[in-house]
Amino acid sequence: MKKNKCSGKLLMLLTFVFLYLPIAVLIVFSFNDSKSRTVWSGFTLNWYKELFSDRMIIQSLEITLLVSVLASLIAVVVGTFAAIGFFNMKKKWRSPLLTINNIPAVNADIITGVSLSLLFVSAGAVMGFDLGFGTLLIAHISFNIPYVILSVMPKLYQLDPNLSEAAQDLGCTWFQTIYKVILPEIMPGIVNGLLIAFTMSVDDFVISYFTAGSSVQTLSMAIYAMTRRRISPKINAISTLLFAVVLVLLIVVNVRQAQQSKAEEKKQKALRGQRAVSI
Amino acid sequence: MKKAVSLVMCAVFIVCVFAGCGGSGGEKQVVNVYNWGEYIDPVLLDEFEAETGIKVNYKTYESNEQMYSVLRQGGVNYDVVIPSDYMVSRLIDEDMLAELNFDNIPNYALVDDSLKNMTYDPENKYSVPYMWGTVGIIYDPGVVGEVTGWGALFDEANAGQILMFDNSRDAMGIALKYLGYSLNTTDEAELAAAFDLLKKQKPILQGYVMDQIFDKLESGEAAIGPYYAGDYLTMLENNPNLKFCIPEEGTNVFVDAMCILKSAENKENAEAFINFMTGAQVSATNSDFIGYTSPVGDAKALLELDETAEAVRYPSDEVLAHCEAFTNLPQETLDFYDSMWVQLKS
Repeated sequence: MKKNKCSGKLLMLLTFVFLYLPIAVLIVFSFNDSKSRTVWSGFTLNWYKELFSDRMIIQSLEITLLVSVLASLIAVVVGTFAAIGFFNMKKKWRSPLLTINNIPAVNADIITGVSLSLLFVSAGAVMGFDLGFGTLLIAHISFNIPYVILSVMPKLYQLDPNLSEAAQDLGCTWFQTIYKVILPEIMPGIVNGLLIAFTMSVDDFVISYFTAGSSVQTLSMAIYAMTRRRISPKINAISTLLFAVVLVLLIVVNVRQAQQSKAEEKKQKALRGQRAVSI
Repeated sequence: MKKAVSLVMCAVFIVCVFAGCGGSGGEKQVVNVYNWGEYIDPVLLDEFEAETGIKVNYKTYESNEQMYSVLRQGGVNYDVVIPSDYMVSRLIDEDMLAELNFDNIPNYALVDDSLKNMTYDPENKYSVPYMWGTVGIIYDPGVVGEVTGWGALFDEANAGQILMFDNSRDAMGIALKYLGYSLNTTDEAELAAAFDLLKKQKPILQGYVMDQIFDKLESGEAAIGPYYAGDYLTMLENNPNLKFCIPEEGTNVFVDAMCILKSAENKENAEAFINFMTGAQVSATNSDFIGYTSPVGDAKALLELDETAEAVRYPSDEVLAHCEAFTNLPQETLDFYDSMWVQLKS
């Protein structure tokens, strides 16, 4: 039994090593004093300094963040309302529509990318626009929406069906019902959807590659284009910074959640106590 | 009420989506540049903007073929592109390039005469050289001994230590040169012989690589491979054992040249950009950053090169006499390259 526990721990350790070793190597080599990815030649912060003076990388980072933030926000608004709409449909309609919603999420990126690109190029020829930030943003919104719907839907199923009726009985308008009752209840699903959409956007290479046009370039595209010369350690530096930001965000979110659930527990306890007294 | 709100939401959504599409009609002067990744000193872009007030939209690609497919796909509006020699001639053949107005590019006079009227642009109407260099063999003499020719890449004694270009044009070029043929041959027998040679070479290779060659040679994981002369100097910094040779059979001289597309909307700005990049000081700064050779003769004096760097970046005329630049191949030969490469890699 004890031996079993030990090997379980070992397995966990190996899993973590497997997951985090590449990131550790990336971080270590962002401080390497040469361009090499294999030879360690001393500690330096130069790559971080150069990173902030390299306008190409900074610009592509700006584009990446801007498009990811905008796309995930818009997708979250659209996706949440779409999910509420789906949820209130008759089952006959709901299941086929949800399946249709799932298709883009499981479809290969390359197909989404090429088809969007074809659409934009031909629409652009008719309406007189070129591929650019606008088309990039539309593409990102369109592949983000299914993920938002997928993460909001389960929360809606968990929702007590009597809640919205009760709210309306007590005088809420339909908008107040959504705003004051439904949205707070499904908020964890919305936040989840937002985070997933944001990471999908930051991550995306293939679809951006086909839809970005001539004036904008995302970070992943800039990195890909470096392979003839060699990927600069500035990329290690920027990845390290991104990783650090995400890590801090995750810690903040988790700590907040823990605090909230603790506060909730206290409230529940206090309520139970009161009830006991009043009985 | 319900309908009104959903209408408003729809309107907001549509406006958000299309907000990004507009704005192209702005008054601001711009030039859209499409260049290789890591192939410019970014400081120069700021300098150009400060000097001329023209904003540079800068995007990068990773191979000539990728750039070509993006241009062909449509929906893009680049002004300046910087393809290599053979791709320049392909773009000329397909009528995709605009003739340059050299009155707007006075710095063209600074370009070395030996780099004007190259085979890919015989009358030099469409292109201005950006950087050039040679392909040579980078090797560790401690492992593979002294190397003087391409034969070392096909020598079974070096099995497991050899790296090879991961693109059909460069790999075939090496095989053709080793056999004594032209890089640009369209003769089927010669091409077939070169393909056979590559097939025989495959089992003794460590792998087909592009930029991974830096790591493999620097760390000593592999001991010999062909790459661009300028990149040898970067590898040397991390592994002082490495040596460079331009094979006696001759090699490929590549020239990456700035061109303006026929569809360019900002042709004059594009010419201003080309002129700026051809200035002696600018070209020297850029060459220092990239490591390849500047086509501007005066730039050499501005760079304080040590002996090794000078020998690598500026090969002598006798050496260059054996060298050849790529030109565009007829479609039939390109198809052969494609099918041969697929066979070789699978």
